[in-house]
Order: sequence, then structure tokens, then C-alpha cells
Amino acid sequence: MQSNEPDGTAAAGVSHATGERVFLDAGGRAPVLPQARAAFLEALDQGWGDPRRLHAEGRRARALLDGAREAIAAVVGARTDEVGFAGSHVAALHGAVLSVARGRRRVGADVVVPAVERAAVLAAADFVAARGDGTRRTVPVDATGRADLDAFRDAVARPGVVLAAMQHANGEVGTLQPVGDAHDAARAAGVPLLVDAGASLGHTEVGTDWDLLAADPGDWGAPGGLGVLVARTAVRRTPDWPEDDDRWFPGGAWVPAALAAAVALQLAVATSRADDAALRPLVERVRAAVPASVPDVDVVGDPERRLPHVVTFSCLYVDGEALVTALDRHGFAVGSGSACTSSALEPSHVLAAMGALTHGNIRIGLHRGVSAADVERFLAVLPGVVADVRGTAGVHGL
Amino acid sequence: MVVDARGLRCPAPVIRLARAAADAPAGAELTVLATDPAAVHDVPAWARMRGHQMVSATEDGGVHALTVRLGGGSAS
Repeated sequence: MQSNEPDGTAAAGVSHATGERVFLDAGGRAPVLPQARAAFLEALDQGWGDPRRLHAEGRRARALLDGAREAIAAVVGARTDEVGFAGSHVAALHGAVLSVARGRRRVGADVVVPAVERAAVLAAADFVAARGDGTRRTVPVDATGRADLDAFRDAVARPGVVLAAMQHANGEVGTLQPVGDAHDAARAAGVPLLVDAGASLGHTEVGTDWDLLAADPGDWGAPGGLGVLVARTAVRRTPDWPEDDDRWFPGGAWVPAALAAAVALQLAVATSRADDAALRPLVERVRAAVPASVPDVDVVGDPERRLPHVVTFSCLYVDGEALVTALDRHGFAVGSGSACTSSALEPSHVLAAMGALTHGNIRIGLHRGVSAADVERFLAVLPGVVADVRGTAGVHGL
Repeated sequence: MVVDARGLRCPAPVIRLARAAADAPAGAELTVLATDPAAVHDVPAWARMRGHQMVSATEDGGVHALTVRLGGGSAS
């Protein structure tokens, strides 16, 4: 009986299930919403069958999968059969770029991408361009990370462009992109537009200015292990991989992950206005407080036209790995785009494209489980942590 | 003046450059040599934050040579 304690009661007074820790790295992998967890477990019980089979167990799984598809279609304003489930957000983006490039291969092999698109989009663009003797046409961004619309218009209007991409918002720095104008330009050129809403859907209004829309359930509080790609029926696509019953993502989706994604999305969208109202002031607080309390900080991203839950800054002369590790010791989980914090040798291509400092970077992704008091505790700890790291490096006065 | 930061990882090249800048007069040109690709982005960002000016950025065999001209408030 004691194990049946309902969610929340045991954690009363604590910000979330991890006790005293404050999780501030919700981008791409947010804490799983209790309702999504419940839906996931329910689907494990009810929908473990193979949705391709014709028996009752298979049909039950199929019904849950169809329901998930329908719910997501309703949220994004699409037809149910336009919604596809991939094994990950990266797989959804790769599948989008590869299938359109193959479907439109007679047009050419150029792909237009802003410099701050997700690495999966840039890599897929390079891949199809190299294979088809095309070019990845990279659109520059301004200091806030916003794509240069004139350059985008010029690039997309050239002959030989199979696909253009424009993220809805940048998940590293929070800047919203001009997807409406980008869609107009792409449409005028007869080029389909892939909008990566991996950092936006569930947090802010995504709209319908897209031909293909990719989204990341892990980002809106569903368990990971799933990606979503919505492709308008009118977009010419061809599978660029072996034939399968599940044409666009061979092997099909895992039903519990799909159902949990749909339930979490409905909830995230229903509460997005309230979450925005709660989190945006916290982001503004961080943006104002950090430069006031920590010397030599570069706060990056557009101050106004931005996601409500993402805030990023870089501290001069500081090793990003040392910062992340020190904050972790103090109970705060944060992200970073600094090279030293990832397995990659290259620093964040987003920060680099913006001309921002790439070292000493801290990226905060808020979620509904973060309170104003959590943020104040973080802000109280941060100046000392930065000063300690700088003290060790002997950079005071530089 | 040349600051050799080859083989050092970020943010060490920028720190070396800043140390050299602290002892140099306004208007002086400093070149930092670095193999860490982050320096290519971080030296111009540092220059912007400190009011210095980027003069040139070249690369030869994996070694980046980044040259800045120090602004008026270089020592601060």
C-alpha cells in the first residue's frame, strides 16, 4: 500500500521528484509530465501488441496509435495521415530532408538552411547535397541568432533548390525565426519549407507556416524515444530507404511512446499560456540579474521575440565544463553549448554563427516544475561559482 | 607581438591573449596562435566585449592566427 502513494504528495514542498536538485536543462528532454507517464504505463498494459496485426490485441494497439496520431494532427492543424512517428527527433529531421530530396531530385540537390538550424538538419543537408552534386546554401544570422530574410529569399529563389529549412525558434538561444516570411518566400519559389519546431511545439504557438513540421515529444514532457514529422500531402516525397509497411519511418512507432507524446502535447498546449506567463518573467529575471551580478557576461538571443522558457549566457574566461560541473555540485543541472562540455571538438555552431562567446556558456531550459524561488537560488549561487572558476584560472583584472 | 596558445583548449587562448593585452598600450596589435577552433569565434567576441578591433583571422595547417588592435581601455 505504501508504494501506492499518489504522485505529488511525497514531493510536497520540493520543486520536483529529484529532491533538492533543480533541473534547468529542459531543452529536448524535459521532466516527464505525470499524465504522460500514466498514459505511457496504460499503453504498456493495453497497447503492447503489434499494431500491424489483425487480432484484438493488435487492433487495440492500432487504435491507441491512431488516436495518438489524430490528437497530434488536431494540435498542429494537419490531417491524421500527415502525421508520422520516427524513432527520434533526429530521425524525423533526417527522414524529412532525405525523402524530399529524393522526391524532388529532378529539381536539383541544393538545400537552403539558416546557419543556426539543428545539427541534424545541417548534416542531412550536407548529405543530400554531396550525393546529388548540389550545395548546402547556408543563410547567415544576426547577433540575436535570427536568420537573414533577404539572404534566405535570394537563396531559395535560385534554381536547383529541393528544400528549405527554417526552425520555428532556436532551442539554444530562444530566438524566434521569421517562419511566416520564410514560408511566403519558399512558396513563391515553389520550394517546400521544413520547420523544425523541436524547441517550440508545446511551449508557444507554432502556426501553419510550414510544409513539413518536425517536433520533439521529449521537449514537451513526454518520454524520449520518439520524433514527430508532419508532412503536407502536397509535398512530393519518396522514401530513400527500403520498402516497408511504415513507409516514412520503417518499422513503425512504439505505441506507448506515441500515446504518451499525444497526451503530453495536449496538456502542454492547454497549459502553454499559463506556463508562458509563469516562465517568461523568470527568463527576464535571469537576463537582467546575471549581467548585474556577474562581470563580463554575454547574454545572448533576442530579448523580446523569443521562447518563453529558454535563456542563455556566456561568461568570459570561464571553462564551460567547469561551470556545469560546479553548478551540478550545487544542485543545479544546466546545459551548455561550449565545446569543452560535449564530446565534439567544435563549439556550438549556433553561438559561433551569432558571433557570441562560445566558452563559458550556460543554457537554461525552464519547465513548469521550476519556481521563482528555484531561480532566485540559482541566481544567488551563480556569481560565486563563476568567481571561483575565474579565481582558479587567475583571470581577475583581465 | 605574438601569443602562442597552440595546443591549449578554450578558454585558454583568450586568457593568454587578455594577459598580453593587459601589459600592452592602446593601439598595439597582438596576434594569438591557436589550434582550438573555438578561438576563431571567441577572440572576436572577446574583442567586441573589450572594445578592441579585429584586424585579421587566417588559418594555416590547423593553426589559427587571430590579430587584434587594442582599443583605448585595453587594460581594464
